[in-house]
Amino acid sequence: MEQWFYNDNLGRGPDNEEILLAGVSIRGVSKSFGSANILNGISLDICDGEFLTLLGPSGCGKSTLLRIIAGLERQDCGTIEVAGNKVDHLRPKRRDVAMVFQSYALYPHLTVSENMALPLRMGRLSAWRRLPVIGALLPGARSVSAEIKTEVARTAKALGIDHLLARKPGQLSGGQRQRVAVGRAMVRHPAVFLMDEPLSNLDAKLRVQMRGEIKELHRRLGVTFIYVTHDQTEAMTMSDRIAVMLDGQLAQAASPQQIYASPADRRVAELIGAPKINLLEAAPRGEGLLAVAGSTLALDSKLDDGNSVTLGIRPESLQFAERAGLNTLTGRLRYVEHLGTDLFAHVDVPGSSEPLVARLPVEFASNLQSDQTVHLRVRREQALLFSADGRRLSESDGQFTQLRSCAG
Amino acid sequence: MNLSMKIMAGSVRHAILLATGTLVLLPFLWMVSLSLKPPAELFSSSFKLLPEHWFAVENYTKALTAAPLPRFMLNGVIVCAAILLLQIIVCAPAAYALAKIRFAGREVIFGIVLIGLLIPHQVLALPLFILCYWLGILNTYAALIVPFVVSPFGIFLLRQFFMSIPDDIIHAARLDGLSELSIVWRIMLPMSLPAVIAFSIVSVVGHWNDLFWPLLVVHSQGFMPPSLGIVTFANAEAGNDYGPLMAGATLVVAPLVICFFAAQRWFIEGLTAGSVK
Repeated sequence: MEQWFYNDNLGRGPDNEEILLAGVSIRGVSKSFGSANILNGISLDICDGEFLTLLGPSGCGKSTLLRIIAGLERQDCGTIEVAGNKVDHLRPKRRDVAMVFQSYALYPHLTVSENMALPLRMGRLSAWRRLPVIGALLPGARSVSAEIKTEVARTAKALGIDHLLARKPGQLSGGQRQRVAVGRAMVRHPAVFLMDEPLSNLDAKLRVQMRGEIKELHRRLGVTFIYVTHDQTEAMTMSDRIAVMLDGQLAQAASPQQIYASPADRRVAELIGAPKINLLEAAPRGEGLLAVAGSTLALDSKLDDGNSVTLGIRPESLQFAERAGLNTLTGRLRYVEHLGTDLFAHVDVPGSSEPLVARLPVEFASNLQSDQTVHLRVRREQALLFSADGRRLSESDGQFTQLRSCAG
Repeated sequence: MNLSMKIMAGSVRHAILLATGTLVLLPFLWMVSLSLKPPAELFSSSFKLLPEHWFAVENYTKALTAAPLPRFMLNGVIVCAAILLLQIIVCAPAAYALAKIRFAGREVIFGIVLIGLLIPHQVLALPLFILCYWLGILNTYAALIVPFVVSPFGIFLLRQFFMSIPDDIIHAARLDGLSELSIVWRIMLPMSLPAVIAFSIVSVVGHWNDLFWPLLVVHSQGFMPPSLGIVTFANAEAGNDYGPLMAGATLVVAPLVICFFAAQRWFIEGLTAGSVK
């Protein structure tokens, strides 16, 4: 999928090199704690100004990767580049990155303005000038302090927290703390923003609102955002590109549309989409036919007999059909969920313990009764085939011949 | 019925607490009471808490003038303040390293700290005395201060408290440009204020009241802390004159009692914080 990224920049002429160097490059990064391999050779290039989401279930190593980029954790091998420069030997503060933590990690004993001013004070005032009382008397300290104060006030105003500057974090609500944490990252004007599940401690309503605000912040600042989440909705709605991580490996990196429509891997397909993609065991029957759940589907091309494959069908790729036929699955309706605009029909099909979920227009509600037999037509062009080892099979990228040679 | 049961249980509980509390407080009350009485009433057969003739002014004047009690108190302040300051300067970074930095041998070092916690001070008295002799600091403030600068209890208490501070705060501080030492002073220590106050009280009370070690290493009145001063006062100056002696003892204890009441809330919080979490 990195191909996509390079191709995208090919037409840009002399600027090409610069654009490629900017942003963040992760090259072959591995990390293990004791015997547990957390990251296995992750390589990923992130464009300057891109909003990239690292998506994966908990324990897949996405937070570790973020901490490695920040310099809070040291990788076992591989390198990290920020804006074309290797930063592996640099301390976190020298890497030109800022981070927003899941727990916000505000300093509880400092006020909001002190929290936001701290990174600036550490950067611009010498150790002597930071001393209480004496520091303020030293030459230059006062003007720098005043400068920091105005910058903090400006950032606070932009985030709508200027009335909270004198408060301590303990007196703030979750959403306000979140804004302060973002503000503390913003005042430094970093080249890269790192966000580690920043919305997971907020309630559902606030999460939707902050999602929009962070996206807006990204648009306004125009710098690189690397955003870690396990929430597919956040990933789909906010990202320019999603990097799906599974078991310490990069499974796929592509735009939200591509990830959804053509997942590279069965696990990626399972991770994205709610309700989950329907997965059915299928057996090729020569002649371009596929036996699935007691029915037969026609394929555009031939699969070797005997290689069991998995058929993946998104709920919206199933249509209501009047009668059984080719490309139609038949089952017993378990129950129907109404969503207002659509309804989800849960249908038991032979050979699968999990019911098949179909997203149907509400007009069918009156036709559907529990325990009745229903026929569902598969939109063949939207069906996904996965090999036994979980890889996606499709004609366009030549996976078929590869599978043949693998199968021997 | 339920209510009367509750009242019963409450009164029993309070009776037990009052009885044990009185038992603990009685010697203290007795000391204060004696410090107010004239010599004639000290050994009278009838027990009275308040004197018939008030003799407080005379007793306290004698306590303050007969022996250099203000000098002893000043010594106590100097020694306790120096010990506490140095203890925090040594213990806080050590506790931070043991709580938050991964390095080889960390568990072993923490084990050594725990062993240090178990060894009573008296066991180390002889080697420490010889060490002080070699350093040539006997009969100075240094002899009273230096042996206590590394406090296993301080390291242990602060380490337990630092453990409860989330790693994210430290990560944020590193990203904000704080060095490891400034993380200790600017973030960890202020966030652990209850533990620091609890430790301060334990340390100051311990060294203010310590008699054993000053008795060994100090013999000039100019360096004597209050407890040792009172003892010499009892032997040399007061003799059987218990009124002024008790007045002196009351004066020595008073600052501690006042400090404790002022910081009581943090003290309890600090000592229980690590254990409850």
